[in-house]
Order: sequence, then C-alpha cells, then structure tokens
Amino acid sequence: MALDRVIRRNQPRFGAERSGLLQQARLGGPMPWVIAIMVALTVMAAAAGLALSNLARNASAEIAGGVTVQIVEAAPAERDRQAEVAVALLRNRDDVADVRRVPDSELEQLIEPWLGEEAGPADEAIPIPALIDARLHGPLTGARLQALRAALTASAPSAKVDAQAGWLAPVFHAISSLQWLAVGLIVLLGATSAAAVWLAARSALGSNRDTIEIVHLLGGTDRQIARIFQRSIAVDAFVGGIVGLLLGLIAILFLGRQFAALGSGMVAGGGLRIPDWIAIGAIPVAGIAIAMFTARITVLAALRRIL
Amino acid sequence: MSGPEGSIVQFDNVGLRYGTDREVLSDVSFTLFPGSFYFLTGTSGAGKTSLLKLLYLAQRPSRGMIRMFGSDVITLPRKALPAFRRRIGTVFQDFRLVSHLSAFDNVALPLRVSRVPESEIRKPVADMLEWVGLSNRADARPATLSGGEQQRVAIARAVIARPEILVADEPTGNVDADMALKLLRLFEALNRLGTTVVVATHDVHLLKKVPESLIMRLDKGRLSDPTGALRYPPRRQAQFGEARV
Repeated sequence: MALDRVIRRNQPRFGAERSGLLQQARLGGPMPWVIAIMVALTVMAAAAGLALSNLARNASAEIAGGVTVQIVEAAPAERDRQAEVAVALLRNRDDVADVRRVPDSELEQLIEPWLGEEAGPADEAIPIPALIDARLHGPLTGARLQALRAALTASAPSAKVDAQAGWLAPVFHAISSLQWLAVGLIVLLGATSAAAVWLAARSALGSNRDTIEIVHLLGGTDRQIARIFQRSIAVDAFVGGIVGLLLGLIAILFLGRQFAALGSGMVAGGGLRIPDWIAIGAIPVAGIAIAMFTARITVLAALRRIL
Repeated sequence: MSGPEGSIVQFDNVGLRYGTDREVLSDVSFTLFPGSFYFLTGTSGAGKTSLLKLLYLAQRPSRGMIRMFGSDVITLPRKALPAFRRRIGTVFQDFRLVSHLSAFDNVALPLRVSRVPESEIRKPVADMLEWVGLSNRADARPATLSGGEQQRVAIARAVIARPEILVADEPTGNVDADMALKLLRLFEALNRLGTTVVVATHDVHLLKKVPESLIMRLDKGRLSDPTGALRYPPRRQAQFGEARV
C-alpha cells in the first residue's frame, strides 16, 4: 500500500524539526568549501602566530641575561691581555653565571661569509675584536649593565659591553608585529566567514520565503525556523571545518619541514607545543560556533520583520 | 475590555487598510461563539479574505480591537502569536501547500510544528488522508496533484490538529459537488466536537447545506447580519427559514 511506503519513508530522522522542512535550508552549494578555505587560512595564520610567539619566548629567555663583551684593540697582544683580564674579572663576579671567550675558530666561521677564508683572526691584516659571551643571573637591567661596563673598562679600557637583548630588539619588534598581523588575519577571516554565512542564510531565507510563511501561520515559532537553519549550517560548517583543518595541517607540516631544514637555532625555537595543537584543533569548532550563531541571528532578525 | 461571556472571537470596530489605500474593511464588529458554524459571504473583493487574514492572525488591523481566546491579540507581543495560531486551523484560498513536501508531510506539518512525537503523527495523518480520499496519493508532491486533491490536502492539514477555530477560504471551490458535500460534513463533524467553523464562500447553495449555520455578509468591507450572527445571543439560520444572501 502506498501509504505504508510513505509512512516508512517518513520515519523520524532529526525529530520534529527536520531540516527537510525547508527545501534549501542547507545553505548548500559552495558554503562548505568557503568555510573550508576560511578554516584552512585561519589554521595557518594561527599556527604562524603561535610559532612566532614560541620563537619570541624561547629567544627572549635565551638572551635575557646575555652580555657580549668586545675587546676592540688593534694590537693582538694587548687585545689578548685585556680579554684575559675581562674574562677573569667576569668569572670573579657573583652575578655572572657563565663566561666564555669565543674561540678564534668560531670567529673565523662567523666572518667568513663577508671577508673570506683568509681574513680570520690569524690574519691580522684586518684586526678582529676578541669576543666574550657572558650570562648573568637574572635579567639584565640598565643599571646592571652600567655597573658591569664601569668595572670592565677600569681593567680593560678597550672593552665594549652590550646587552644581547638590545641587538635583537628590532627582531622582537618585527616578531611582535607579525603576531599582531596573525591575530588581525584571524579576526578578519572570522568576520569574512560570518559575512559569507549571513549572505547564504539570507539567500536561503529568500528561497524558502513561502514555506517559512506557511510554517509561521501554522504556529511555528521563529526559534523553530532558526534552529532548522542552524542545524543546516552546522552540517556545512562541520564538513568545511574538517576539510579546512586537514588542508591547514598539511600546509603547517609542509612549512614546518621547510623551516626545520634551515637549521637555524632561532627558527628551531618556533616549534608548536601540545597546547598550540589543541588551540589549532579548536579552530573548526569555533568556526562551527560562529557559523551557527551568525545563521541564528540572521534568520531571527529577518523573521522579526514578518508578523 | 472583555468580550461577551463565552465568546471565542470578538471584533470591535475593526478597520483594515493596506498601506495608504482606502480601507478594505471598515467598522467590522462581531462575536463568534465556541461550537458555532459561520458562513462568511460576499461578492468578490468584498473583503472576505482580508477578514479571514485577521482571523488567522496573518494581519494586524489598522484600527479597532480584536480579542481571541480571551486575549487582546492586537497588543499581544509577537512571540505570543504562534501559540494562538496553533489553535486556529486555516484552509487558504490558494491552498499554500509546501511544494517540496509530500501530501503526507504537508498534512503532518501542524503536528510537527506543535512538536507532536513522530510516533503519534503517522496514524492520524494516515487516517486523515484516507478520510479525504487521498491514501493512495500520500507520497505525491502538490505539483502532481489536481486542484481538488490539493484542496483536500489543504483541508486535511487545517483540521489534523483539531483546532478550536477552523477558518476556510472558499474550501470547496475546486472540488465536485459530492466532495464539497463530504468536506462540509467533515467541517460539521468538527463543529460538533466543539470547533468553531468560519467558512468564506460565495456559493449560495453551500449555505443551504448547513441549516444550523449563521451567516455574515460582507459588502464593500462592511459587515451585515442577515441571520443575526452578530447579535447576542446569536440566532440560528433555521429561525430565518432560508438565508437571504
């Protein structure tokens, strides 16, 4: 009997508020892909921001108490003498945790890209300052730096003392700017996603106008209708979110390998930690929440205009 | 202001205009009582559909007062209206079936809107479709149904939730005489169960089929009262012998 077939076909699927009530409640079409792209871009921006944050934190911790002493003296014997005096003086100070004179071989490696293989400290045609790397207990303040400078120049007049953090300040500023850029991108991508959902929800409302009016006249509430749209966009956002997360993760892993291949100590400090991965994993969830909320307020606002 | 005791609907000096046009309804006052059967007659353009729109809460009047189920529905907040609409069954003149839903799902719609569990929907909807002779068309979409079949689906949808008021706009306009009579008997059966029935029609012959009915006549947006339907207590059509319309 035909009715039996119909009754079987009409077994409840999603309860009384099935999305099938509205013909095109699925915001449908390109919406899952739009959300996928937005989530993928957000995942990449967030990963970049988090990596930069880690990099800045690690580098900052590494150089917080770092001091570089240069003995700028043209005469090699005098330079060596003052360097030894400076090293001894630093080792005797209670606030110094570690002192190391940078060996000539390391200096040669450092300047080789600019001056060539034959221009190292052994070749005194170009005098190279002696370098001493010291690490203080606790952070280096301006007063501590002044006191250290005074003590060193009294015994080694050619000594120039610099805080390592000072050299890297412009780098940290650039990293901070990039972090804010990442935050801005995430906010913009969220807003763009919301705008896309808003447009799609309005379009779906328009194409279902007659049905919505009938449901209203039969006693359907705004919330019932809004829930149908919410569920539909949740499905789209879930599919888009998963695809976007996968695309984003592939991009992150690819870029991660590229940066790891650089072998730079500073870049190595920019790896993602477990809380970072959890935050990245939460992006599709946030995407679904934004999409559902946007669909809800769009539909409710539109429905309020009819009696 | 409370209406006459026991009334289910009260219109008092109601006027309706669309935009800045002239009023399509003017000074309309009447009272409907539970369990009564009313015919609303009038020529085309007299304002029957506009009056029904006010009755099924699709429109707010431009002036006057409307009380339904003991509440002033004009000052009622918008969010309270759905609960009132669920107590009203409506047969629209143009049926207004949901085009992508089957006949079964269209009839089930008021129950689903009222959150009736799915297990309690199937049998009454199947029974109702059988009653209107559409059991074998349950899975058909409205576009594949004839005008008469669509009208029967619309009527089944209007009565499935056992409304307290049934408002029907030309409900027999697209069906043959036998089906028209059958549908009228359905309305009468509902009426006997306590549903107040308001049927808008220009079919004079239909009025004679329900001798217990009361008649309201609209003429250019104004209501006349050939059978005393507007008076209190109302007088039955039978007291007048034959309705004068």
